[in-house]
Amino acid sequence: MNLKAVDARLLNAVLLIALLLVLALVVNVGAVDIDLGKALDDAWHHRTSIESLIFFDIRLPRALLAALVGATLGLAGAALQGLLRNPLAEPGIIGVSNGAALGAVIVFYYGLAGFAWFVLPLAGLLGALLAVLFIFLLVGQSRSIITLILAGVAINAIGGALIALALNFAASPYAMQEILFWLLGSVANRSFREVQIALPFMLLGWGMMLYCGRFLNALTLGEDTAKSLGFDVVRLRLVLILGVAASVGAAVSVTGNIGFIGLVVPHLVRPFVAYEPRRLLFASALVGAILLLLADVAVQSLSATTEMKLGVITSLVGAPFFLLLILKSRSTLQ
Amino acid sequence: MSLLSASGIDYSIERIPILEAIDFQIEPGELVGLIGPNGAGKSSLLRLLTGIEAPDHGNIQLNGQPLADISPQQRARILGYLVQGAQAYWPFNVEKVVGLGRIPYQKWWRQSSVEDQLKIEQAMQVTETLAYRNRIVTTLSGGEQTLVMLARIFATENQLILADEPVAALDPYHQLHVMEILRQHASGRRAAVVVLHDLSLAARFCDRLYLLSHGKLDCYGAVTEVLTGENIARVYGVDSQIECNEKGVSVTPLKRISEHHP
Repeated sequence: MNLKAVDARLLNAVLLIALLLVLALVVNVGAVDIDLGKALDDAWHHRTSIESLIFFDIRLPRALLAALVGATLGLAGAALQGLLRNPLAEPGIIGVSNGAALGAVIVFYYGLAGFAWFVLPLAGLLGALLAVLFIFLLVGQSRSIITLILAGVAINAIGGALIALALNFAASPYAMQEILFWLLGSVANRSFREVQIALPFMLLGWGMMLYCGRFLNALTLGEDTAKSLGFDVVRLRLVLILGVAASVGAAVSVTGNIGFIGLVVPHLVRPFVAYEPRRLLFASALVGAILLLLADVAVQSLSATTEMKLGVITSLVGAPFFLLLILKSRSTLQ
Repeated sequence: MSLLSASGIDYSIERIPILEAIDFQIEPGELVGLIGPNGAGKSSLLRLLTGIEAPDHGNIQLNGQPLADISPQQRARILGYLVQGAQAYWPFNVEKVVGLGRIPYQKWWRQSSVEDQLKIEQAMQVTETLAYRNRIVTTLSGGEQTLVMLARIFATENQLILADEPVAALDPYHQLHVMEILRQHASGRRAAVVVLHDLSLAARFCDRLYLLSHGKLDCYGAVTEVLTGENIARVYGVDSQIECNEKGVSVTPLKRISEHHP
């Protein structure tokens, strides 16, 4: 693609403004029309009204969660593609998504979700961390990036198999449906409590990934050159992957699997940042947030009786779009 | 005091010995050539000298300090390493690749400074790469790419450049260009180590040579001491014609001595 790279500050400023505009749009959309002015006014004066309840308990957490999860997936995709120097990498590739999903599925399977609101997200996070732990046990002292990818694929497959097992032996069709719907990925019917539990892990993961920006730039010339430029490749790889695990694990554990954002967003953004992995990180986070918010608006406006799940629409739109991107950019990516 | 010195270096990869009892040193102002057959351990030795790999035994000193005690960032400012067949994975433009050489001077949260830009310009000037500063590096010819990678090293202003086969697969014009740049660099307090297969180029440009064979140091010293018909026959397994005249030493391999690589 022959797009001119844009000045770093200008690009980020434009994207940030776009994100705020989309957020403002999103909180205006919902099953019923409400007067936002009244909602804010009521909340300000500590009055409880339908408007303020809808705004603060339904729409705002939903929009915030969509933005946070979108940013996480975009950022994690950009970070992993930079680390693996492979444009097909995405958070799922290191097994984190399926690890988190498995944790959540176990909770559903044993019907533990009812004990406390934090059981589900906590199990998801635990699953993500376990996946990463297993990967590092598998990879051991190996320095090769291929071993890492293969270990990720293996962990992913094991996670997928165990999820299938849970579905197979689900206690009732209802339980099975509950698991399946959750797996499809959605930000509907979430509250600030989910935002609260996911946010610290996301912020931690974002920080770790952004910290690796300069290292990712150096990796453009290969691992040996990065080492000779003063980077501790083994340590920074660990930092980056733990960052992905913490943030994506938190995201998946509150929303389920939302595909293709992590894969597609870096491809969209890359030409605008002159293919620089470091600049790609922040811009991908912003674009990921914007895209997931828009996808959630689409979900809400398209729906008739059964709401379409967010993960379904991102895959439906994302997969063909990704194909198009590959066809268009195969010359530049060799 | 030597700029870089190594003594008693043993190195193995997964228990397979790669290098044994290697001694090496380079003084300021020198251009030193590392030569030897394929698999002799030249690249491994270069990686150890660069500090990106550590030897099993022996010690390496940089300006009189143990290499392992120097912080990676400080080390990166002094030693520049040009990997064999260096390539960019993403379609960066030339200027951006050269800019990567400024990383050892930058903090992770900082944008590049005016000084960085100045050094980048200078590096492109020295390597004559200014003409294609906006080209995408992956679209350049092999010779041009090598010059760009050298420019990246010059942007760091390393005291010592360690280059692994920088002229392999280049045409004569670019071979000479790269060697001239390295020769020019190696003066005053600066120096360069270069791995070479072309013995005539090694003879022509290097001050001293280290000849490696099967992970051991076969011999080292001035060009005329190392590049003798006897040494080349023993280590490379070829008969060769060696000519010395006012234009320098040239080595022409004539025929293999035996059916097997020595």
